[in-house]
Amino acid sequence: MTEMKYQTKPLDIWNEGKALRQQYYENYAKAHEKGGIRWAGGAWAYSAVPAGLGDDVWSLTGEPYGASVAFNKEFAARCQEAIEAKGFARDLCAYLRNYLGSVVLDEYVFGGKFPKPDFMWTTHICCSHAKWYQIASDLEGGVPYFCIDVSTGLIEDFNERRREYVVNQLLDGIDWLEQTTGRDYDDQKLIQAVYNECEATSLWAEICALNRTIPAPLDEKTMYSLYVFGTIIKHRPEIVDFYRKLRDEVQERVDNKIAAVGNEQRRVITDTQPPWGFLEIFRYLETFGVVSVGSLYTFSLIGAWEVKDDGTWGPRTTPQEQGIDITTRKQALEVLADWTHARPEWQHFYSAQKKSDMMLRIVREWKVDGVMLHYNRGCEGLSLNIAENRLAFKDAGIPVLPFEGNMGDEREFDLERTKKAVDSFLELLGVK
Amino acid sequence: MFDKFKEWYENRHDYAQAWKKQTGGKVLGYFCTYVPEELLIAADILPLRILGSHEAQDVTEPHIFGMFCPFCRDCLAQGLKGRFDYLNGIMISQSCLHIRQTYNSWVKHIPQEFSYYMYMPHGVQTPHAYPYLRGELEVFKKALEKWIGRSISDKDIDRGIEVMNKNRQLMKQVYEFRKQDNPPLTGLEAMYMVVSSQMVEKEEHNQALEAVLKELPNRKLDRNTGTRLMIIGSEDDDTEFVEMVESLDSTLVVDEHCTGTRYFWNEVEPQKDRLAAIAARYIDRPPCPSKDWPERKRFPHILQLAKDYNVEGALVIQQKFCDPHELDMPALRQMLEENGIPTYFLEFDVTVPIGQFKTRVEAFLETFALPDLF
Repeated sequence: MTEMKYQTKPLDIWNEGKALRQQYYENYAKAHEKGGIRWAGGAWAYSAVPAGLGDDVWSLTGEPYGASVAFNKEFAARCQEAIEAKGFARDLCAYLRNYLGSVVLDEYVFGGKFPKPDFMWTTHICCSHAKWYQIASDLEGGVPYFCIDVSTGLIEDFNERRREYVVNQLLDGIDWLEQTTGRDYDDQKLIQAVYNECEATSLWAEICALNRTIPAPLDEKTMYSLYVFGTIIKHRPEIVDFYRKLRDEVQERVDNKIAAVGNEQRRVITDTQPPWGFLEIFRYLETFGVVSVGSLYTFSLIGAWEVKDDGTWGPRTTPQEQGIDITTRKQALEVLADWTHARPEWQHFYSAQKKSDMMLRIVREWKVDGVMLHYNRGCEGLSLNIAENRLAFKDAGIPVLPFEGNMGDEREFDLERTKKAVDSFLELLGVK
Repeated sequence: MFDKFKEWYENRHDYAQAWKKQTGGKVLGYFCTYVPEELLIAADILPLRILGSHEAQDVTEPHIFGMFCPFCRDCLAQGLKGRFDYLNGIMISQSCLHIRQTYNSWVKHIPQEFSYYMYMPHGVQTPHAYPYLRGELEVFKKALEKWIGRSISDKDIDRGIEVMNKNRQLMKQVYEFRKQDNPPLTGLEAMYMVVSSQMVEKEEHNQALEAVLKELPNRKLDRNTGTRLMIIGSEDDDTEFVEMVESLDSTLVVDEHCTGTRYFWNEVEPQKDRLAAIAARYIDRPPCPSKDWPERKRFPHILQLAKDYNVEGALVIQQKFCDPHELDMPALRQMLEENGIPTYFLEFDVTVPIGQFKTRVEAFLETFALPDLF
């Protein structure tokens, strides 16, 4: 362990976050007991839309669930074997396999039987999303399923016509939700959920922006437990409230120079989801004073960003901050579509260069010394163009460590080999 | 009779370069059969599908992570090796993530006059996809006009539609002969025919098809038809594999590939709004699995083909790591088997282990003879 330079302490809000997350999975599992309904879909689903069905509508988003399964290695292995026995290839999305395996086993990773959703509601941007819930619907005996195509390209191309394509699907989706659930749709609840989602995702960006500070108030391993709220219930008021409190606490850490890693010497970023069962890699880095301050993934999987007047990235100005008064269903969906399609982590689906540019921006603005690229066999969507990103860092003279693994399938991650590669990287960074 | 198609397929680069020299026109390489060739033909451009070469290669590792399909890496290898240096432009119509990387790396490392990424919708089952794609075609048409320096008239588009439709009709007529008890063409010949149509000028291809159709009624092959097989799956121009299968007392009588029926099965239904007509054709075509949701509309189409062509068994193949096909595979096999069509699954790489695959396909074919044995 290198010398401690800064004061450090755990986050005060940590346990509140833990309880919130636990409550989320419990709310979903017990929704029927309380007369509520539940839906399943991707983390990038337009989750604010089903909110118009009532306050007792609970979701289970597949990717965070798949990650939770991955964290439980024994259960993950059983899930993977169960879905592979059904004929599905082991190179498919690891979250998808963990989720579907859990369905096949009829076991919820948090205990009990797998809670069958009342409907499925998702979006499609990578090769897996729509097919994931098509298969899940089959496995669950034909659960009603609705999917929105969001593959409308880069945000600079997201004109009125393309937005209309998305909004029209969402309007159809609301009709479908009413028919499927037999509930009346409340536009006011939708409007409030849109405001909430915009504020929550902007707040997360604000929190990440504070991590530019030296020493970093947050390390990425901790951030994984915090960004997750944006992937599960980004439209709900309790998340807005949580992120406000978290923002204030992180600001306080910045003001008082409280570090996430007391011996911070070098700052790195990563890319794509980590191998969830092996987060000890981050602790290993920290023993050499190396802190991962985030990634395009952690910052912008859900974070909403914009370029500020000084040319740097900052939290996106929310509709409420802009004084936009949302009054109709259609307007709410338009605002939400504009907000959602600007998500940085969606841009790289269309352009390797865009992703490289965004990552290079983070390197500059977050004062980063090196980059660790997880060649993630578990997610083709976020590993897209990763080799071109590596070349971009190489061209820019930034130390880069590519390492191969899988976010959710431990059979494809070699901890010892990765540690050896990390050792070389640490030498390159001059700390070992 | 089918030698011309084989020659075009094997000498695609010579053909395209000669075409350029002769016509002074532009050649555009494309990556997916959702590219609207009608508009390229209307612009007097030769559309040429970029396929791999089925040779081991070592040039794509720095550009595409090895978990992506061998086909997309093989295609990029062709560009990096300079085999398509004569292209004036490239384009992709949005489909799977794998081939998208090929396009991205190509744009970055192989300079082009023109490159275009068309936002082809995935949600082809929503009615909103029709006007959306129409709009995308309009944007694409304008980009083409800017590139070629002239406007593309309705008359030009009509010509593009007519030529493409004729090509589709003629290939479908050839496929009709494959329904016969003893088809007068092999699956390999059919593959050469369809794949070459993605590489040469369509008018010339149509002439070759017309010549074939004149002779086909009187053609008899000196071979047994054997077991009637269908081949289904992701991109496949693995002629060596097809030839091997048909050497084993079997015939591939129909396919469901983007190098086969998925490419040409439906036509543009003319309407006053030409772009809307073209959009409808691509929305309604037999889908790639990446676009086949929420319903699986591809499955009834496959089953209908199997019935129409009196198929006894199906080889279901996929490029290794091809997620869209992998995600359909269990349900597809179940559907076929529930309908009395046994299936056999094979995973393709850039090169296939032909000896091993021969043993496996032989074993599959032997199962059809079992009732006679016992």
